[in-house]
Amino acid sequence: MTQTRNLIDEDGKRTDGRGPDELRAVRITVGSVKNADGSAFIEFGKNKILAAVYGPREVHPKHMALPDRCVLRCRYHMVPFSTDTRKNPAPSRREVEISKVMREALEPALMLQDYPRAAIDVFVEVLQSDGGSRCAGITAAAVALADAGISMHDLVASCAAGKVNDKIVLDINDEEDKEGQADMPVAYMPRLEQVTLLQLDGRLAPDQFDECIDKAIGGCKMVYEIQKQALMQKYFGNETELKEEEQ
Amino acid sequence: MSSSKRSTIIVEHLRKQQMWDALSRGKRLDGRDFSEIRPLVIETDVIKKANGSARVKLGDTDVIAGVKIETGEPFEGLENKGALIVSAEVLPTASPYIEPGPPDEEVVELARVVDRGVRESEMIDLEKLVLVPGKIVYTIFVDCSVLNADGNLFDATSYATVSALLTSKLPVFEMQDQKVVDTGSTQPMPVTSSPVSITAARIGEHVLIDPTAEEEACMDSRITITTTDEGFCATQKGYTGSFTPEQIKKAAQAATIKGKEIRAKLKGLTVNNG
Repeated sequence: MTQTRNLIDEDGKRTDGRGPDELRAVRITVGSVKNADGSAFIEFGKNKILAAVYGPREVHPKHMALPDRCVLRCRYHMVPFSTDTRKNPAPSRREVEISKVMREALEPALMLQDYPRAAIDVFVEVLQSDGGSRCAGITAAAVALADAGISMHDLVASCAAGKVNDKIVLDINDEEDKEGQADMPVAYMPRLEQVTLLQLDGRLAPDQFDECIDKAIGGCKMVYEIQKQALMQKYFGNETELKEEEQ
Repeated sequence: MSSSKRSTIIVEHLRKQQMWDALSRGKRLDGRDFSEIRPLVIETDVIKKANGSARVKLGDTDVIAGVKIETGEPFEGLENKGALIVSAEVLPTASPYIEPGPPDEEVVELARVVDRGVRESEMIDLEKLVLVPGKIVYTIFVDCSVLNADGNLFDATSYATVSALLTSKLPVFEMQDQKVVDTGSTQPMPVTSSPVSITAARIGEHVLIDPTAEEEACMDSRITITTTDEGFCATQKGYTGSFTPEQIKKAAQAATIKGKEIRAKLKGLTVNNG
């Protein structure tokens, strides 16, 4: 990716006014889909993404069932009005790939051997897209899985880092994704210190690779706190209220 | 090969135990070191009907790539660039576990990761492939067929794609009376760099480069890192397991070192074919 436009001004501010290490506004609402076993709605910058989990439930078609563990299925889908020009509702090659990497990013966190012969379905619907929709989708899906009460080793938090104006910055937005020099989405289990998703689009100098991973992991840790906060909010009410009650 | 099909590749318990024993001694079942790739044979210009082609053998993995160059409309948002599309298929000849049919998600991922390496490295200067800005551009199709699959399809397909592109002869098209005319002459591709991907598999605590099908059947996770002379241009973590940040950084170093060796081999191709 060759950058043609200046995306960081003299004050070090990015196109949306953020500094290099700043996350966009993230808000997660747990349990927004009534019929699902678990769900989460995430607003990550301009992304608006819904994740719903059904299961563990019976596997259809039955031959997909595994005798010793649960089948995890994942669908990442963008609705036709989520993008600037209408998106064909049929799954694109991009969506097929993201569905796959998303499933592989979530699977290490799940204790699938607890539910033999069953299936867990994760549906991620992008209602409005911004840069980093796969990261936001994984973040929401992990919360939805926890909300569904699935046994988990850890939450999976996801955030990208990238290169803009030859600088490594956190959490690439849409403009920076399209016009910047590199985008590296990462998903991470902070408690286990394991990377479960890593992709890179764009060019990084040899010494920038490690810097970019470390920055993205730092972002994942920030997202992790927001995930935990959102789950606490649903199951234990407002944390500050709790503290007040204790006093 | 979908993941369900890969799990049908049965590695016997004894064989698995042998693999683990060998790995704990720092060796692999085929005698290689962890950072050693299998013998790589690249043959170019194997299909005369294509504008460029290459057959790559990486151990027993065998991939053929063909380039077809036409003209067409540019991609949306990239009006002043030629179009480049890499696709891949795993032929039913490749293994007993493959059935004919539309590409499944693993094959879609394969094509997209190879495509990403070529695209993000800006290997081909696509701005030189425009006939009428915004309207008519060169369209380069790279189609890859896996003939025999013995693991690490990502790197074999990537080397085949890059070798075929490096040695392609670009037909010279001209506009005459608002029509595209093939002048019959050719010129070399506007090449700027050679992306090289290196794939590593993690089996337990061991990270090995260029896994065989047998090793892939035992692996926990996989990572593909593509480099050019200037640095990194694409990465993809795959399969159901995870990596520690340190394992990834080590794999990136290995990709840089091995990438250089393979790039030297690819440079030889361009010289031979003028």
